[in-house]
Amino acid sequence: MEDAATTGQASWFQATARQRVAGLLDPNSFTEFLGPSERVRSPHLHLFDLPSAFDDGVVIGRGALDGKPVLVAAQEGQFMGGTFAEVSGAKMVGLLRAARDHKNLPQTVLLLMDSGGVRLQEANAGELAVAELMRAIVEARCSGVAVIALIGGRAGAFGGAGLTTATCSRVAVSEQGRIAVSGPEVIETNKGVEEFDAENKALVWSTDGGKNRRLIGGADTFAEDSMDGFRAAAKALMAKVPAFDLNTMQAEQERLATRQKRFGACDDAVSMWRILGIKEPEAIRDMDSKEFAALANSIKEANHDAR
Amino acid sequence: MTLDEILKGLFPSGHDVKTSPEGVITGAGKRKNGAAVAVIGVANGAPLGTAGGLPLAEEVLRVVAQGGDTPILVLVDTQGQLMARRDEMRGLNEYLAHLAKCLLLASQQGHRTVGLEYGKAAAGAFLATALATDRFVGLPGAEPTVMDLPSMSRVTKLPLDTLKQLAKTTPVFAPGLDHLLQMGAVAEIWDPAKPLDEQLEETLKKASPVDNRDEMGAERKGRPMAARVAKQVIAEATGRGDHVAAA
Repeated sequence: MEDAATTGQASWFQATARQRVAGLLDPNSFTEFLGPSERVRSPHLHLFDLPSAFDDGVVIGRGALDGKPVLVAAQEGQFMGGTFAEVSGAKMVGLLRAARDHKNLPQTVLLLMDSGGVRLQEANAGELAVAELMRAIVEARCSGVAVIALIGGRAGAFGGAGLTTATCSRVAVSEQGRIAVSGPEVIETNKGVEEFDAENKALVWSTDGGKNRRLIGGADTFAEDSMDGFRAAAKALMAKVPAFDLNTMQAEQERLATRQKRFGACDDAVSMWRILGIKEPEAIRDMDSKEFAALANSIKEANHDAR
Repeated sequence: MTLDEILKGLFPSGHDVKTSPEGVITGAGKRKNGAAVAVIGVANGAPLGTAGGLPLAEEVLRVVAQGGDTPILVLVDTQGQLMARRDEMRGLNEYLAHLAKCLLLASQQGHRTVGLEYGKAAAGAFLATALATDRFVGLPGAEPTVMDLPSMSRVTKLPLDTLKQLAKTTPVFAPGLDHLLQMGAVAEIWDPAKPLDEQLEETLKKASPVDNRDEMGAERKGRPMAARVAKQVIAEATGRGDHVAAA
């Protein structure tokens, strides 16, 4: 699997799920569960005359990152938008339940999210898979498992993927990574272009994009868009994660209530960033990764254990 | 049934449940044995945004902080997450996930959680409320909608009539309480002609923190593969893997 697309500097955004797994983990350390040869695929897509995939768009297995054993799940954004469906979702649910129940398995789970949300053709099964995954993440965290979301794929993390991301112990995001519930197009379609102009790229990135998520505390570290970038981010986040308990949830309540109060009147991201104490919030957009990461690390609200 | 009728039926011994103008439900009801049930929810089909999620989560955390095993009832009639650029800008995904996490925390700490849908429920707001409870039940007339058919028709480019026909042969995508019952999401549908308080007691007895929705979905033939796939993953991860029979 070692090729140009998985070398350290290769783009995470451009890569497939399999390339990301290969580029993220130590060389030759990955063992896949329910791989394509087992042909576990969607039992529903044929109803819509759609082709199925032998992995249903999710790659799961175990491997090592910098010598530390990890479990990993990667969504393939290029197959049906990386969507949650009966099989693709159950693979992730099974992985989290395995970590929860078997202490001899790696107690770190990396979720390489790249998903537009629930697969329309399997909407009910997909929505339930998200609900089961969120519960399994919480149960795994309660039993001491670190669950880390890595966001930087083409499909972003929308809908159920956005909620799943915020259920994890830690979140890493790149500039290209988008995290939200309703996507810009969905909001524009339902509420009109006055509410959200999905064609306005700058507006979209400042709303859902990685820099905004990192600054307001929706992500815990900023990754460069490369295999090495996400490797470094995952490694740093694995070192220490918040416990899942009443204290953490009370702290999150406080954190989100404060955010609501402070930013409730803001109409755009730049005004939020100004309130955070950033002197030239207009400069954020064009700031390079290194400079931005350092700036974000200095913002109080962006660095917390309240998740 | 209206929310008032439902609350009267659930708590003949009395309750102090209030609904804000924004549709935020909070309060408590009294069971026959005198113990309390904490009640939260969303009413009037209101959308759930960053502001609406906070008081609900706060109430759940208050119940957990008190200790004990007070059950939590989540009443659901919401059109879904608020579709607004500013709420997304503030991180709506975190607010909705936070509410779900608080309910899941309560469940882990010994509080039985029950979701009761009596109106609408959709998408992200559905995940944050009813689908984050131990046992989710519905009253006839409830309209759970993960994805409405007209939107689906637009995106999939399949005619609405084709989708309606397809929905008769599979519960996997179309809206409806019966479909979600078959999928294992809805545990049971209550009978509005019978006393609601008794049905709540019955549901509380059956509620458990163990997630068996995929098993229910398999038994009811709504989700043929989910439970099997999840088990197979665990088997392969722990080195006990046999090949799962391809469907």
